[in-house]
Amino acid sequence: MSSTVGGGGSAEPSGVKKTSKRPKYSKFTQQELPACKPILTPRWVILTFLVAGVVFIPLGVICLFASQGVVEIVYRYDTDCVPPSSRNNMVAYIQGEGDKICNRTIAVTKPMKHPVYVYYQLENFYQNHRRYVKSRNDAQLRSPSEERDVKTCAPEDNVGGEPIVPCGLVAWSLFNDTYSFSRNSQQLPVNKKGISWKSDRENKFGKNVFPKNFQTGAPIGGGTLNISKPLSEQEDLIVWMRTAALPTFRKLYGKIETDLHAGDTITVLLQNNYNTYSFNGQKKLVLSTTSWLGGRNDFLGIAYLTVGSICLFLAVTFAVLYLVKPRQLGDPSYLSWNRSAGGLQ
Amino acid sequence: MAGERRKGMKFSKLYSFKCFKPFSREDHSQIGSRGYSRVVFCNDPDNPEALQLNYRGNYVSTTKYTAANFIPKSLFEQFRRVANIYFLVVAFVSFSPLAPYTAPSVLAPLLIVIGATMVKEGVEDLRRRKQDVEANNRKVEVLGKTGTYVETKWKNLRVGDLVKVHKDEYFPADLLLLSSSYEDGICYVETMNLDGETNLKLKHALEITSDEESIKNFRAVIKCEDPNEHLYSFVGTLYFEGKQYPLSPQQILLRDSKLKNTDYVHGVVVFTGHDTKVMQNATDPPSKRSKIEKKMDQIIYILFSILIVIAFTGSVFFGIVTRRDMSDDGKLRRWYLRPDQTTVFYDPRRAVAAAFFHFLTALMLYGYLIPISLYVSIEVVKVLQSIFINQDQEMYHEETDRPARARTSNLNEELGQVDTILSDKTGTLTCNSMEFVKCSIAGTAYGRGMTEVEMALRKKKGMVPQEEVGDDSLSIKEQKSVKGFNFWDERIVDGQWINQPNAELIQKFFRVLAICHTAIPDVNNDTGEITYEAESPDEAAFVIASRELGFEFFSRSQTSISLHEIDHMTVYELLHVLEFSSSRKRMSVIVRNPENRLLLLSKGADSVMFERLAKHGRQNERETKEHIKKYAEAGLRTLVITYREIDEDEYRVWEEEFLNAKTLVTEDRDTLIDAAADKIEKDLILLGSTAVEDKLQKGVPDCIEKLSQAGVKIWVLTGDKTETAINIGYACSLLREGMKKILITLDSSDIEALEKQGDKEAVAKLREGMTQTAAVTDDSVKENPEMFGLVIDGKSLTFALDSKLEKEFLELAIRCNSVICCRSSPKQKALVTRLVKNGTGRTTLAIGDGANDVGMLQEADIGVGISGAEGMQAVMASDFAIAQFRFLERLLLVHGHWCYRRIALMICYFFYKNLTFGFTLFWYEAYASFSGKPAYNDWYMSCYNVFFTSLPVIALGVFDQDVSARLCLKYPLLYQEGVQNVLFSWERILGWMLNGIISSMIIFFLTINTMAAQAFRKDGQVVDYSVLGVTMYSSVVWMVNCQMAISINYFTWIQHCFIWGSIGVWYLFLVVYGSLPPTFSTTAFQVFVETSAPSPICWLILFLVVFSALLPYFAYRAFQIKFRPMYHDIIVEQRRTERIETAPSAVLGELPVQVEFTLHHLRANLSRRDSWN
Repeated sequence: MSSTVGGGGSAEPSGVKKTSKRPKYSKFTQQELPACKPILTPRWVILTFLVAGVVFIPLGVICLFASQGVVEIVYRYDTDCVPPSSRNNMVAYIQGEGDKICNRTIAVTKPMKHPVYVYYQLENFYQNHRRYVKSRNDAQLRSPSEERDVKTCAPEDNVGGEPIVPCGLVAWSLFNDTYSFSRNSQQLPVNKKGISWKSDRENKFGKNVFPKNFQTGAPIGGGTLNISKPLSEQEDLIVWMRTAALPTFRKLYGKIETDLHAGDTITVLLQNNYNTYSFNGQKKLVLSTTSWLGGRNDFLGIAYLTVGSICLFLAVTFAVLYLVKPRQLGDPSYLSWNRSAGGLQ
Repeated sequence: MAGERRKGMKFSKLYSFKCFKPFSREDHSQIGSRGYSRVVFCNDPDNPEALQLNYRGNYVSTTKYTAANFIPKSLFEQFRRVANIYFLVVAFVSFSPLAPYTAPSVLAPLLIVIGATMVKEGVEDLRRRKQDVEANNRKVEVLGKTGTYVETKWKNLRVGDLVKVHKDEYFPADLLLLSSSYEDGICYVETMNLDGETNLKLKHALEITSDEESIKNFRAVIKCEDPNEHLYSFVGTLYFEGKQYPLSPQQILLRDSKLKNTDYVHGVVVFTGHDTKVMQNATDPPSKRSKIEKKMDQIIYILFSILIVIAFTGSVFFGIVTRRDMSDDGKLRRWYLRPDQTTVFYDPRRAVAAAFFHFLTALMLYGYLIPISLYVSIEVVKVLQSIFINQDQEMYHEETDRPARARTSNLNEELGQVDTILSDKTGTLTCNSMEFVKCSIAGTAYGRGMTEVEMALRKKKGMVPQEEVGDDSLSIKEQKSVKGFNFWDERIVDGQWINQPNAELIQKFFRVLAICHTAIPDVNNDTGEITYEAESPDEAAFVIASRELGFEFFSRSQTSISLHEIDHMTVYELLHVLEFSSSRKRMSVIVRNPENRLLLLSKGADSVMFERLAKHGRQNERETKEHIKKYAEAGLRTLVITYREIDEDEYRVWEEEFLNAKTLVTEDRDTLIDAAADKIEKDLILLGSTAVEDKLQKGVPDCIEKLSQAGVKIWVLTGDKTETAINIGYACSLLREGMKKILITLDSSDIEALEKQGDKEAVAKLREGMTQTAAVTDDSVKENPEMFGLVIDGKSLTFALDSKLEKEFLELAIRCNSVICCRSSPKQKALVTRLVKNGTGRTTLAIGDGANDVGMLQEADIGVGISGAEGMQAVMASDFAIAQFRFLERLLLVHGHWCYRRIALMICYFFYKNLTFGFTLFWYEAYASFSGKPAYNDWYMSCYNVFFTSLPVIALGVFDQDVSARLCLKYPLLYQEGVQNVLFSWERILGWMLNGIISSMIIFFLTINTMAAQAFRKDGQVVDYSVLGVTMYSSVVWMVNCQMAISINYFTWIQHCFIWGSIGVWYLFLVVYGSLPPTFSTTAFQVFVETSAPSPICWLILFLVVFSALLPYFAYRAFQIKFRPMYHDIIVEQRRTERIETAPSAVLGELPVQVEFTLHHLRANLSRRDSWN
């Protein structure tokens, strides 16, 4: 790059000891390292597609089976639980005073082995909004000494100069609908322990951090917290604060630890408190069992089946193409620049 | 004329400086005026006047940076790149709430990238600094106040110091030679560090200073030119004891040259440190950028546009959504965002402002579309590539001990795209070691040997070289193998010439050869053998020839030349040397022979010599001319040898005039000296002419054949005569039988006629001719692909390069397969190069070895220097240096091709991987109401370019090979992939970009649909932000690395290491980062170990996504190989089928054991050499 002339003649001729400048031989420097060079011969192409198809289709079937084995009951209640008289102004209803209790029944059509997971599902709720996600403080949640560290939490940072614990919009908008289930007027207990991630309980939320000034200022967002329980035991909060990735999401509410049988009628006593009406969000109650793959979603199985079929189709297409229009491998007649080659390699 | 180029060596260097850096000062005839103001007080540096002048010290620094300015200056260099500025701005803005991610996570990769480049710069600079320190602290003896010599360091020298330099030491500064260990004040210097020439140069002191005794009390004043870069000129005057003495370059010893063959010299420091000529010369070569890199900039602009478009789209949506968050009557829509009490970034009441700020945020967020590490990766890759070029054993030349050298790493890939090669002839196509083969004396041609050109021509014509001749030349070689001498004629050798009718003329002829030169003899004391240090190989050949034939030149002093003539010694008093210059095209010496007669002995090009012959000296003119023509046709370089006797009176008058001219101190001194010389070089008597062969370099015809098979056009630009050039053209298969030859020439009568009529007619005539021929070639190209060779001479070239004719000339020339320009000057060479470069827009490569090629090398897209015999000037100006022309084949077809496809694929892949990544961010945005929340943890993102995807792409850029070196050479047509730029065409680039976008869509939509709201584990847990991020990110990392794996053609353990290693590093990172306390790791806390790794669905998604995203490319590629295979695909296949075909024969075992063994052995060797391709 720079001039080679300067430097005061350091290019002393190699003197008595004549060292050859011959580059040393090694497979590396001569770029002759042993290498495998895969070539896409017809055989390999067809084989690859075939194998992919043969692997993918059974996988798809397995996934589909797993998904089909899951029993899931989804019950949308956001409109149902508003009295017909208030349905043209549901926002006013939900923001109004008074108990918003709602009693509904759900029919179980297929047997559900315990544990039956209870979820609430919100739609059109942007827990992944940048303002929302950032509006929390992990340090504060962890240790009482950091409770004044609320700078990222505005506007839910403090009330009258006193810091809010837990601060921020995420905690402030805590989901506060409640469900209680009964079967044949017999209470079905909902186990709310262990619904959050272990690492969250143990490391993210402090055992000696207690809610302070939470939901005391106006306006009040979502649910309140029991100020005598440390945050690490407030599992509803922990679940809520593990923000969802997409605007439609479920969160674990609890587990019913008994089997439900086909034909059972379950009565749900709902406390419809949470305002999703102002942003046209749906609220759903979900009861679901799980398989080794998790909840019910046929998409994965279908996707595997589709990709597998495409691969088989391609394998057949290529096989036919090679038969119908064979090109001899390494045909030198193609070695000409008269054709314009191009495109993606 | 043939000798011009050789003899012109010294001059041509001058020329290259004068021609391309013309004197800006005009007509400064007076010392003391502007440009000539330097005053040196010799041996009196403490003189108050001298102190007042305050010239710079002798401290030299060649470093680019100093300790103080390293940081700011190198940073400045870094941020001259658009992309880097963008990232810097992003880094600054990331401290504001605008940033979608934390500031450290965006700063870290920028710092790593900038840091890596700065470290590279720093190391390079440190190396230079070490050299400087070493040079500055060298010791030299300086005459102290006490009158004795004391040692001091170089850097302490001052202007005016009197120094003593010993044998084999370097001169510490530019010195004025005062005296030396020789009485007559001469010394020899070697200027290898200046111009690479290894021969010794003679310098001599002024007579008045050469007395060594008076040196201690020497006081004088030098007034001379200001520091400048002209190595071969110096104008100054010495004021000594009230008199003025002119100074010339003959008295100047330049820094960095070395004292040789002389015990010591005394000198006065004239220029110090950075004022010295060598330092003034130290300018950086013009920086060149490859076409690919220029195109890459355009792609970066495209990416910036994509970035702006998607950021803008996002902002519009964000603005709309944000506006709707609060209705006019204050009702809140998404109340959980508290739109009533918010900052300007989310304020529905100021939605336009919010959208604008979001635009800035988005510009940062989608910044991953711009590959931050692209530049630094490319730089690293190119440096490594050039190491491979330097290390290639096949391009190492044993005899000169020179490997190939990539002097810049910027142009590696350009080597794979060369469309036209412009080559010098002498020293490039030929060896530049001259052999005296023939001569014509007094109208008789002597010399029986056959030249290579003749043999090649005969072979081409299908004639077997005559047995007899072949035997003869063989026996000669057995008898004597004297380098530079290949002459055999029974009438001349072994003293037989005495019996020839013209013995007297023959004697005179060889005497001229023995005396008329500037060579220096070097007698080996042990053996008594004499070798010669000559300025040009032609001269050496002459001196050797005369020695072999009985006129041995063995000693030279400043005033005499001594010969052994057959049996006795004669001493000629040397009066004057009228040196060679390319305008004079001749050199002469004036000597007084032992019989006390004055003789002017002269040799020169036929074009100038014949017109200077005396009336009575033209006896054999006709025959000699004929011989010269024949020699030229045989590819020989000819010089005309003449002499004349001068009478004393004429000499005295002339000498006075000549000396007058010599003592002038004006710029036009040279012209005056030439004019004076002109006056005595007349009325010459013709003796004959010499013919010297410049042998073709080994492998040149094959190399040219291969290159033209590769579709590379080759132009030869030479200073030779038309006939010589054409024959050389045939010899090196540049012109072939069956090729139509188009000759554009203006012979002398034409020129005379045309010059009278004026240029216009000439131009008109040429234009007419060229358009007609162009039309003819056009027609025949359509009808049958005939090959054309164009030969144009210098005079026509002058007209053809005229702006009016340029276009026609170029149009004609590019239709021809080979073009030869004869008798072209260095400037014309550069102009032709520029014409081709700008006119066709294709990549040009110039190759040359001499200083007269410098202009051409710098003008061309790539300059290749031959590090041969003719100095290092061309190498200094070149981008690549090779020792032999034939290495060009490997440099282009193998390294060029590889580097081109590596860089092309590498850049495409870079854009692909960043688009894949960047677009997943964009799709996610659409599901996060474009609020600017990235889908991934900040640190995942910042490590993407630096850790998880960087090494495989570097491995690709350094190691990938489509076919092995052997196959590259076997199928030269493969080279066209680069020339036609198929691997970096817009379709291909856009194809890769599209592939990236498709991949990102497959990754994103498959993932979010699979990981919808339902539980993703047996324990009923649902997917949250962190799990989705990790899953998608893993898919991206797997995806781009697997894409790399199926795109490359060459898998060694390195590729395996890097590709699978990168994926491994991602998981390692995930585990380590996830185990940090949650305040650091935030969303990544325990996410892999606790959450996603135990979930089978995560792995199933990964498998599905990676395979499906690779599917389009794979299917496309399979389809392409089937129906539109690329050239290298076929070669690879062919190679494979060959192997399959040959393999069974060994298995069959039908061959005898011995044969089979040999076969096996051969095959083993082969596979070792081909690295098992």
